[in-house]
Amino acid sequence: MTYLVIGLAVLLVLAILYATFRVATLVGIVKGEGSKNVPSSNKLQASLLVVFLILGLFGFFYYSFGGLDESFVNPIASEHGVATDRLFWITMGLTGFVFVVTQIFLFGFAYKYQFKENGQAHFYPHNDNLEKIWTIVPAIVLAVLIFSGWRTWVDITSSAPEDSEKIEIMGYQYSWAVRYGGNDKKLGDYDYQKIDVVNQSGIDFSDKASFDDFIPTRLYLPKGRPVLLQIRARDVIHSVYQPHFRLQMNAVPGMPTRFWFTPTKTTEEMRVETGNPEFDYELVCNKICGKGHFAMKYMIEVLEPEEYDKWYAEASQNPWLKQNSDYLAHVPEELQELARISSGIDSEEDIESIDNTIASINY
Amino acid sequence: MSVADITVEEHLAHDDHEHHEQSFISKYLFTTDHKMIAKQFLLSGIFWAIIGGGLSIIFRLQLGFPDMQLEWLRPILGKWITEGGKLDSEFYLALVTMHGTIMVFFVLTAGLSGTFSNFLIPLQIGARDMASGFMNMLSFWMFVVASIIMFISLFIETGPAAGGWTVYPPLSALPQAIQGSGLGMTMWLVAMVFFIASQLLGGINYITTVINLRTEGMSFSRLPLTIWAFFITAVIGLLSFPVLFAAALLLVFDRSFGTSFYLSEIYINGEALPNVGGSPILYQHLFWFLGHPEVYIVILPALGITSEVISTNSRKPIFGYKAMIGSIMAIAFLSFVVWAHHMFVTGMNPFLGSIFMFLTLIIAVPSAVKAFNYITTLWKGNIVFTPAMLFSIGMVSFFISGGLTGLFLGNSAVDITLHDTYFVVAHFHLVMGSAAFFGMLAGIYHWFPKMYGRMLDNRLGYIHFWLSFVGIYLVFFPLHYIGIAGFPRRYYSFTSFDAFSTFGDLNAFVSIAAIITFGAQFIFIFNFFYSIYRGRKASQNPWKSNTLEWTTPVNPGHGNWPGAIPTVYRWPYDYSKPGAPDDFIPQHIPYSQTPESNLEYEKELAKNEEASKVNEE
Ligand code: HEM
Ligand SMILES: [Cu+2]
Ligand SMILES: [Cu+2]
Repeated sequence: MTYLVIGLAVLLVLAILYATFRVATLVGIVKGEGSKNVPSSNKLQASLLVVFLILGLFGFFYYSFGGLDESFVNPIASEHGVATDRLFWITMGLTGFVFVVTQIFLFGFAYKYQFKENGQAHFYPHNDNLEKIWTIVPAIVLAVLIFSGWRTWVDITSSAPEDSEKIEIMGYQYSWAVRYGGNDKKLGDYDYQKIDVVNQSGIDFSDKASFDDFIPTRLYLPKGRPVLLQIRARDVIHSVYQPHFRLQMNAVPGMPTRFWFTPTKTTEEMRVETGNPEFDYELVCNKICGKGHFAMKYMIEVLEPEEYDKWYAEASQNPWLKQNSDYLAHVPEELQELARISSGIDSEEDIESIDNTIASINY
Repeated sequence: MSVADITVEEHLAHDDHEHHEQSFISKYLFTTDHKMIAKQFLLSGIFWAIIGGGLSIIFRLQLGFPDMQLEWLRPILGKWITEGGKLDSEFYLALVTMHGTIMVFFVLTAGLSGTFSNFLIPLQIGARDMASGFMNMLSFWMFVVASIIMFISLFIETGPAAGGWTVYPPLSALPQAIQGSGLGMTMWLVAMVFFIASQLLGGINYITTVINLRTEGMSFSRLPLTIWAFFITAVIGLLSFPVLFAAALLLVFDRSFGTSFYLSEIYINGEALPNVGGSPILYQHLFWFLGHPEVYIVILPALGITSEVISTNSRKPIFGYKAMIGSIMAIAFLSFVVWAHHMFVTGMNPFLGSIFMFLTLIIAVPSAVKAFNYITTLWKGNIVFTPAMLFSIGMVSFFISGGLTGLFLGNSAVDITLHDTYFVVAHFHLVMGSAAFFGMLAGIYHWFPKMYGRMLDNRLGYIHFWLSFVGIYLVFFPLHYIGIAGFPRRYYSFTSFDAFSTFGDLNAFVSIAAIITFGAQFIFIFNFFYSIYRGRKASQNPWKSNTLEWTTPVNPGHGNWPGAIPTVYRWPYDYSKPGAPDDFIPQHIPYSQTPESNLEYEKELAKNEEASKVNEE
């Protein structure tokens, strides 16, 4: 019933619109509009263009300088972010200027040179000097942008400092798994063939560096120290994205990638700075990866370096292998002893008690 | 002139004797007449634009009003509305994928080039038809096959392709990863193969026609900029579409025949796949080798149309004709060497990133030259604001707004943060989507009289323009802010992240603007179909334009000109020439007839004309 009423109402509105249109057309014919040289509303259109320009520019400045309810600029929390943001704002200044000026000329000329009855357009097919100027000037400006962009880019993508924290981060539908090197600060090998329900990251236990690797439930980062993310994916492409760190790198199956950066603000500090006591850094997936793409979140916590070290030492007590000690069976015979020692498994009894119970942690 | 020409003329003469009626099928369906084929492309383009736009309204509802009950869409979407009356998150991805595919390929490539290259090339260069009418027909029908397959894929059980319009593998290769990568993706690939075939057939035809069938006197330096744009566009398409074909073919192999071009070390659904050694990045290189030129395939025809419309309605020559041609060629060339700017953060070698940043920012130079030249064309004009002119001005405005943001994205260091955010969405919707769309509308408003012999209603045209122009800015400008705030694109909802809990109101605002803008297009559609039958009758040259198509009868028949094809004596932009009685001198008027307005070197040409006339006699 409601549908019927709505349908009828829509029909009625359409009929009225159509009738109005017909009447207006007939009036137009009577007035002889069709035979005029120039549309009768030429002047109106020209004026509307200027109105649009003024309102548009007003809106643009108003919203760009605080007219929005929310701030659209994220506080920067990494070293390189300062450089990329500077470039961003330099580019914004330049393009903003060009944007305003060109739009003013575009609409302004349209208004100023609207049709006049005895007007005559100026026959002006070309002017080589003008054209040279507006080829060369943009070229120079762009060269500056390119150069500064290039230097920043080279810095950001240079190889990570020797002493950086190396953390593995693996994307899968629809979450992330991170892995730290443990006591030896070395990440063990992985092999996608070794992935199973428990060993989600496919840690390869024939590599002795893997015995003490641990897998926490959050990504912990030390403030002020370079961090090297070793990024990979298990199923489809994902992308490690974190807006506050100005960090983004795709996670590609079969092709490990990397990104290094230095966090500059702890989670606590950001809570103060943003005035949001709930603030947390979130790791975002930014490459379409399927149904759950929009919810592929992982929590990040940036700690003071001392806190981080303390956390690290504690976490190292509990390597993945220790928590899943039946995976000792995957360790080659001759390395068994070493595996026990570096993962901290004391005796046979331990194996029974811990067993698979913690598998769920790895979700 | 050429051989083809003579045969058509004979054919015409023969027509005169017999007056045989064409059947409906050969006139409207399997026609080889370029004008009818153009209209076929136009109508298909309009059809697809409604579908593509409609899809975007559905996902804009989801983005603007995440809590909205969408139960009422169940009659159309069926099981893609969940129990709770919400849009399914996987179908959301299918919607954005199909929206992108349809808009980029089916509307702005086939609909735009298909319509205007077909319609204008023979008319403006002075040819009776395309070089091969049959190939032209084949091109359209290939497009129809592609369209049918793509359309059916919208309705299948597992849904259409859902990996984004760029269909990156492994997502697009593995049905385990997303349902849309099953049958839907297969149909996507098959449809695109037909689509590519259609583009190639069309492109070869455009190129051949422009090179071989120009009427006497129509040298390359006298071609209207529309033709230059269509010509170069066709060249770009011919060089880049085969690469997309290769990319698609390898993807077909990976999907169906167990090869590993793009797949390596994948564990999915509890199973480690055997594929090793492939590279998903290879696909991206191949895709963007087409993909970037493709964006210029979309925009160049629109720029060509805009040049013509702005010059005509400013009653002034286009400023810097040679520079315009030069920049079209520079853009065409550069468009082939910037593709990897879409891949700065894919893990590609950073050195390559540097190279591509350099090349990318260079392409901004010819683009800027074009914008400046349009503005200078308006300067000291005597501007008539027909709806076509307004759409052209709007087009330039969008092209500037969207082009400038390219300078952020082309800077690899800045792109780290902006890649795949709404900033990119804002960029390309303005510079490509809206600009090309406006170019297309400008073309329709301008050449409708030539197509149907009647005028579109101006008043409705103005309403359509203002609602669209304001609407589009209101839709896409705010997306810049959302993008700078870091909102990722292709997100079903932003509720999972604290960082994206803001801008709910702005998103709702954008959605409302989108709905209004979309609604406004129906004013145009009404105007279009109404005017085909009941519009005011057009005069032969309603815009007082210089190009050759306006020398044909109001309703040009087969072969375009009833008598001989006019000879061309001058460039197409002799508007408001000092000394001339009228403010336009069409291309077929010899210099010898316009002694009062000839420039110095043209006086020489006038003498030569006289001399050759004497010779002929
Ligand atoms: C001033 C010149 C331009 C520059 C420097 C430029 C630069 C870029 C860059 C670097 C990207 C990749 C952004 C990213 O994904 O992070 C991009 C995306 C895009 N650009 Fe441009 N662009 C320019 C002009 C154009 C034009 C004229 C068009 C179309 C007519 C266009 C269409 C697109 C499209 C469609 C995308 C997005 C594709 C996607 O990811 O789905 N751009 N542009
Ligand atoms: Cu993901
Ligand atoms: Cu590009």
